[in-house]
Amino acid sequence: MNLLDVSHVSRAFGGLRAVQDVSLQVPAGSLTALIGPNGAGKTTLFALMSGFLVPDTGRVVFDGVDITGQAPHLNAALGLTRTFQIVQPFASQTVRENIAVGAHLQHAKRSDALHAAEAVAARVGLHAQLDKPAADLTVAGRKRLELARALATQPKLLLLDEVLAGLNPQEIQDMLPVVRGLVASGVTVLMIEHVMQAVMNLAEHVWVLAQGQLIAQGAPHEVTQNPQVIEAYLGHGTAARLRKTQQEAV
Amino acid sequence: MKDLRAIAVFVLLVGSIPFVTDSGVVLNFVMMALYACLLAQAWNVLGGFGGQFSFGHALFFGTGAYVQVMAQVHAGWNPWLTLVLAMGVSALVGLFVGTLSFRYGLKGSYFALVTLAFAEVFRIAALSVPFTGAGVGLMLPLRESVSNMQFASRAGYVWLILGLVTLALCVTAWLRHSRFGAYLQAVRDNEDAARAIGVNPFMVKLWATVLSGALMGAGGAFYVQVFQYIDPGLAFGPHTSVEALVGAIVGGMGTLWGPVVGALALHVLADVTRNLFGQLPGINMVVYGCVLVLIVMFLPRGVGGIGQSWFKRAKPSASNKQEDA
Repeated sequence: MNLLDVSHVSRAFGGLRAVQDVSLQVPAGSLTALIGPNGAGKTTLFALMSGFLVPDTGRVVFDGVDITGQAPHLNAALGLTRTFQIVQPFASQTVRENIAVGAHLQHAKRSDALHAAEAVAARVGLHAQLDKPAADLTVAGRKRLELARALATQPKLLLLDEVLAGLNPQEIQDMLPVVRGLVASGVTVLMIEHVMQAVMNLAEHVWVLAQGQLIAQGAPHEVTQNPQVIEAYLGHGTAARLRKTQQEAV
Repeated sequence: MKDLRAIAVFVLLVGSIPFVTDSGVVLNFVMMALYACLLAQAWNVLGGFGGQFSFGHALFFGTGAYVQVMAQVHAGWNPWLTLVLAMGVSALVGLFVGTLSFRYGLKGSYFALVTLAFAEVFRIAALSVPFTGAGVGLMLPLRESVSNMQFASRAGYVWLILGLVTLALCVTAWLRHSRFGAYLQAVRDNEDAARAIGVNPFMVKLWATVLSGALMGAGGAFYVQVFQYIDPGLAFGPHTSVEALVGAIVGGMGTLWGPVVGALALHVLADVTRNLFGQLPGINMVVYGCVLVLIVMFLPRGVGGIGQSWFKRAKPSASNKQEDA
């Protein structure tokens, strides 16, 4: 069963066609990834799915409900939450208070929300920093906080926008089990990711977006062999040249 | 709970002042300081907790003041009842201005300008229509009795304004410990992040404006009960807007006691300058301006923030010691 069904979604900004006729289906319980070179329209597509932007054409169906263009807070209430590529902490508040804002979606009482925040912090490895101001966290800490806050809303589908960007290899290694743990606990995850090592490691299915269009999809190792994908990343003619050098080497 | 206890102590301490002294000077000072606290706390609800800086809070103040007089003079209502009405109508004005501003996504300086403009529109409207007494203003007839909310001694007014300040403090304490308050502060810190995790910023900011407007309206109603006169300049002029926002900013925005400390500090300062410079009109505004510049430059978290940063500086050193040991 597909938890999220995006069909023929397009969005233009003036003359720039940021997302063109994109369709994709995210099966419930899966961990999938959206990749593509810079400026491909990945974050725009996330914004269209989560309601931060309204598509010009096309439909977004989440859990059987048409949510095309529906405001983000209503989508969050339905169980669709996103994180941001550029982390957006509530800087003046502590880690606990930050996470509690997300937890309030399920808990009306302040004490319940603060309590729930602790449990979520433990899941993402922030429990040691609960009472730190969010502004004092490192980049890795802020990424975890971004994840924790979204997780506290108890989403069915989590859209993760580059949670690994800007982390060092060790921090990435620490973060992978956290993401895998989310899926194990029943959350469906769709991630935008540039760190290919992580994508290869985590994702069951990958979509490749380039210049606003889906150019390939499939299992990670298939997609990385796809000549179109190589050209999208490395430039026109690269795939042929790569094949040639490989053959010469043999 | 801790906040409520602190509020109770505050009320007991301040409420007992009239038993200790019947000096008109002291009671007048306490009354005016509490009145300034109320305005600052009202502004703090929207500006401090919600991050929506209003430059025209006199809009709600003036509405409250006029409703308080008009309902008594024109309709013969009891002032205790009109106080509730004044707060309600000010809240409605908040609902109206909030809906217009936030529906169209006005933020930061744009919101400040719109509130400023609305206050000015109301001032000109009050100058032009007959039932506000136009430029002449409205007088509240002197009829001293408790049921008429006109007290023979200043003590009555002190207790009345203390009651209103307590209400404002309780609202603020509630903001610190409730879902609504958490949402309001989340919207202040980062609206997009808040939206992504289920907060409806429009509704949150709107209700904050309504609450803030109601408290400010109570301030206006109190003003009229004490001075028994209102005109468009007093009601909707910039003086009150400035007093409310400077009090909150000087004391510390988004805190429970900051606006109380700020309003008190400003009030002392204004009284001192008035004694030094005589009745030079508007001299307190000059002082307010200077203080505001200094606070924004050197103490962006307000006077109340000094204590906090001391506490903070002391705390890491203590935990470092633990780590060393």
